[in-house]
Amino acid sequence: MNYIVNKRSFTDGSKNIILFILLFFALLLLFIFNVAFGSVNIALTDLFSILLGSGSEDGPAYYIIHRSRLPQAVTATLAGAALAVGGLQMQALFRNPLADPSILGVSSGAGLGVAVVLMMGGISGFVLSKMGWVGHLTITTAAFAGALLVLFFILMLANKLRDNAMLLIAGIMVGYGASALVGILKFYSMQEDVHAFVIWGLGSFASVSWSRMEVFFPVLMVALAGSLLLIKPLNLMMLGDNYASNLGVNIRLFRFLILGCTGLLTATVTAFCGPIAFLGLAVPHLTRGVFKTSNQQILVPAVMLSGAIVALFSNLIARMPGFDGALPINAVTSMIGAPVVIWVILRNRKVLQ
Amino acid sequence: MDKLIYTDNLAIGYGNGGKNSSVLHRDINVRLMAGEFACLLGPNGSGKSTLIKTFAGFLSRISGSLFIDGKSVDKLSGKEISKLLSVVLTERVMVPNMTVYDLVSLGRSPFTGFFGRLSLTDKDIIATSLESVKLNGFEKRNVFELSDGERQKAFIAKALVQETPLIVLDEPTAFLDLPSRVEIMHLLKDLAHKYNKGVLLSTHDLDLALQTADKIWLLAAGLPVETGVPEDLVLTNEFRKFFEREGVLFDTESGQFTKADNHVKSIRLVGKGVEYKWVSRALARNGFSTSDDPFSRLQVEISSDNKREYILSGADGKPVKLRTIEDLLERLKYADI
Repeated sequence: MNYIVNKRSFTDGSKNIILFILLFFALLLLFIFNVAFGSVNIALTDLFSILLGSGSEDGPAYYIIHRSRLPQAVTATLAGAALAVGGLQMQALFRNPLADPSILGVSSGAGLGVAVVLMMGGISGFVLSKMGWVGHLTITTAAFAGALLVLFFILMLANKLRDNAMLLIAGIMVGYGASALVGILKFYSMQEDVHAFVIWGLGSFASVSWSRMEVFFPVLMVALAGSLLLIKPLNLMMLGDNYASNLGVNIRLFRFLILGCTGLLTATVTAFCGPIAFLGLAVPHLTRGVFKTSNQQILVPAVMLSGAIVALFSNLIARMPGFDGALPINAVTSMIGAPVVIWVILRNRKVLQ
Repeated sequence: MDKLIYTDNLAIGYGNGGKNSSVLHRDINVRLMAGEFACLLGPNGSGKSTLIKTFAGFLSRISGSLFIDGKSVDKLSGKEISKLLSVVLTERVMVPNMTVYDLVSLGRSPFTGFFGRLSLTDKDIIATSLESVKLNGFEKRNVFELSDGERQKAFIAKALVQETPLIVLDEPTAFLDLPSRVEIMHLLKDLAHKYNKGVLLSTHDLDLALQTADKIWLLAAGLPVETGVPEDLVLTNEFRKFFEREGVLFDTESGQFTKADNHVKSIRLVGKGVEYKWVSRALARNGFSTSDDPFSRLQVEISSDNKREYILSGADGKPVKLRTIEDLLERLKYADI
């Protein structure tokens, strides 16, 4: 008996190791593709000499790779991993297959922040959308502030509300409230500012320069590491609050930490890249389909890898020859995400009925 | 013996004793010993679930005191309770891809480390528990694919690997078919006796509770809680007090509920053994009360020597031999009474 169980877990374990290795190579390959391909053709030999630091440090190829493609690939990798983990955490915490990181209203909060600086600026006389990098920095800061404000509010509510379903509804309502305010602001704004807001809303991995990476990278790394530390309570909270607390989980504390972790991940990504749709919802389902497990010890790292892969893949498609970087990232992620969600519903129809 | 549950004038309900709290039941004085299998019975809405949830620490009590394994619940942390008491609840758990092994292994969480990795000892305990509930071979099965009875056994295995002296279950036999009910009740009784655990469950299965329970707890609104050995509670008419209502009677002899005003016609039944029992049941269902009165107008004699026969001698005096109970009932329907 014992022998059989151990053998079983051994074969399962080796299957997972192979899958992890495959995912890792897919990630590496896509990362290189992201750096190698774009609207300007750069020879592969030049690419490697630039990446390895042996080539000349000036010239257009060096500039394009260092200033544009490399940061963009790093941004996509981190943002994809962050949103996917956020989605996984929300689906487990709320025990709802359709939960995603924006369900807390955090991305709507970011949107409100951006709308306030873009459009209030327009009303008071200076047009941020014409101010270049200063404007960019202000937009990021405003998005971050708006997202954190909503997150703070949600965490306060989480302290008051015992019931997760109530918290979920409260989060959605906060999102609606923020969107309504954005709508009002839009109504009174100038056309350029509304246009700038729409552009921000389409999402992009291209707006994180190296100097901004100094914030983007460490914050996401800390939150991603935090999500690894929350694996055990996340596993138990899938059973529901009562079973989890009977198994020794401090529900209030860990709900607070899980919400905080997802909130920080989402706030950071949304502030720097705009609201990226569907990644957080679809990637956990994709990963569950591949790994066929409910164990978060496997799912959390697997979802990080898959999220990064899907983001890099989407970014690659968005920059395919012909689109010329014009295809918004959200159009691509939604095109991948929507069929996945439909597939999940079809596959789960027995369960949901 | 250890008192695993002990209460002193416990009051249960919702709220925390303030103005808005609603008290469902007060002055509860009960105790559960190690190795004891107790069934909590009571009509709907009497507070069975509330009592179970209060024991498990999901609801705080309104007043009085509650001791788990001799310690006041006020002094127990969530971690400590997780090693004293395990639960099986009515709420449905819907986790995509979760296997029986995954579910049961989560029961080891109070003992595993920071990431919840299973040690070899943990794996041994999980295998033994799956064997005790006869789910060996089910490890890889998805929890969704299980029958209701198998799923309940998986949750019982989860409670077993938690290695607590006390297991509390909220209506574990609800929604199960009859064979599964019997299996679950006997399984729980055996676990209590074999591992010297205290097992408390709430149920509506009076029949099964009477057959299997070491102790029965009766809970109903407006009545003090009664506990005792099932037979004592039957003989002291406690069951009548708790469950009888207009039109429904508790038959102390058979331990079953019957409809009132059923027995109007009297019949003499002669016979013995298992045939006697089932014929009297069939007669009772059709409105006859059986007696041994030799002056009864109707008489049924069961001969079970070589060939099973039912001999009906009626008002006209001529005995009729019948092969089945069905024929007998048919005959009685048209007999001139």
